[in-house]
Amino acid sequence: MNILVCISKAPDTTAKISFTDNNTKFNEDKVQFIVNPYDEWYALVRGLELKEANGGTVTTISVGGPDLDPIIRKALAIGADKAVRVNADASDAYFVAKQIADFARDKGFDLILAGKETINYNGSQVGAMVAELLDLPYVSVASKLEMDGSKATVHRDAPGGEEVVEGELPMVISSAKGMAEQRIPNMRGIMAARTKPLEVLEPSDGDHLTEVAHYELPPEKGEVKMIDPENMDELVNLLHNEAKVI
Amino acid sequence: MSVLVFAESNNNSINKGAHETVFYGKQIASKLGTEVTVVTYGDVDEGALSKLGSFGADKVLVDRNISEIDDELLTGLVQKAAEQENSDVIVFGFDVVGKSVAPRLSARMKAGLVPGAVDVPEIEGDAFKVKKAVFSGKAFATYTINTEKKVISLLPNSLQPEQVEKTASVEDFAPELKPGRLTIKDKITAGGDGIPLPEAELVVSAGRGLKGPENWEIVENLAKELGAATACSRPVADIGWRPHHEHVGQTGIAIRPNLYIAAGISGAIQHLAGVNGSKTIVVINTDPEAPFFKAADYGINGDAFEVLPKLTEAVKKFKANN
Repeated sequence: MNILVCISKAPDTTAKISFTDNNTKFNEDKVQFIVNPYDEWYALVRGLELKEANGGTVTTISVGGPDLDPIIRKALAIGADKAVRVNADASDAYFVAKQIADFARDKGFDLILAGKETINYNGSQVGAMVAELLDLPYVSVASKLEMDGSKATVHRDAPGGEEVVEGELPMVISSAKGMAEQRIPNMRGIMAARTKPLEVLEPSDGDHLTEVAHYELPPEKGEVKMIDPENMDELVNLLHNEAKVI
Repeated sequence: MSVLVFAESNNNSINKGAHETVFYGKQIASKLGTEVTVVTYGDVDEGALSKLGSFGADKVLVDRNISEIDDELLTGLVQKAAEQENSDVIVFGFDVVGKSVAPRLSARMKAGLVPGAVDVPEIEGDAFKVKKAVFSGKAFATYTINTEKKVISLLPNSLQPEQVEKTASVEDFAPELKPGRLTIKDKITAGGDGIPLPEAELVVSAGRGLKGPENWEIVENLAKELGAATACSRPVADIGWRPHHEHVGQTGIAIRPNLYIAAGISGAIQHLAGVNGSKTIVVINTDPEAPFFKAADYGINGDAFEVLPKLTEAVKKFKANN
């Protein structure tokens, strides 16, 4: 089984969010970057499990500058066989999807796995766009994936619950909690990752359909109003008359 | 020119989220000086469809041949509707369909997509800007859509729809479409008869402070009295006290109800990422230093085992008098 896993970087969850250049750029200064958790914990690890069970290779693909390389090495340390980085700015989802699709088109991947979203842009769009550009079936927000030969059985989000869907490979799947458990890279993996191939490609053509005009932080939360635990009537009164939520 | 809104109609009924997306489409159409066409599917009651007029729809197209969420089929349906109606702006909810059909359609039409919009676009001349939540609710980004055709999916609970006295015309719409390649084998309904968490306006949530799954009755009682959904923190789902679909937070689901009541949850940043879009947050914790108090509107420094039953009684009294 040949599996392609889409890997992007994201600021660590505890990172302080601020902006520069008149609020047009995310301030990366002192920010620790990690592999986007949905890409790492769920997409990559499930890909590795399937490779271990069925043979084949796991390739990762990322779009971005050289600052992505430590993130990519982490994915290799966890167990991916090789990596590709398309050397371009990753600010538009369609552009990123186009790069991934153009790379994957003639490579005969059985499965393309992505995280359900990145924790920085929360878009949930690249996987579906890759599927569309390659004319493949797509499963959105999957929590379980089982293979039987070339047939995939996948649990996906549905209104008010889940659906179990079945289809023939190749397909594109976006991964959420439940797909796999996080793996911590061991020392052997980290050493091996240093020499695994990381190929850098120049981007194919592709348009940016959207761009960020500016960022802003949410308004400061007002001071918390403390309420006497003995006086729940007051809380109900505030929720009704002040917050107007009940 | 028109604004096209996809209205989700799973199980043959138009849901509340669809009222919000139609109302959102109407706000855009008013700015552009154009009309709103809704496209939907399934064996939906004619009355429910014409009622979409009260939220701003002028016309409703319904494909009664489609009964399931098939992203390829629905992408074709919305594309055909957009062609027929000459739509420049296409609106979805940022839900199951909005995460599969909207990006497919965006790539197919090469129409820029803003997923998870939180406000009505700013439109000035050719400039079309849409605000969305980023960094898991810790910031907002305003995007410019560079293409002539635009796709937007709206984050649920972003605006409060208002109704007017109006009905929409309803037309059958059954274009020839290419069916999808996946087969639905089974459906699993989450959490029995409760209110589905992502759609809930009121949510009561609890964490490890509850000490064990057997103590959840006081959480459920309050939820029942309020008509709220129940949720939990990650550790509680991980140790199996509560089902995974109740886990809200960074790696679980993100919700933005009108009211979020959290009992016995300290408020780790990963948890906050899933709930910081809530309109009002009430935190109940025995630890006065719990970080969650900083994100709360109302705080109660007390024991959930005493506070929750008292709050339930107070709600009961309030309901009886109102």
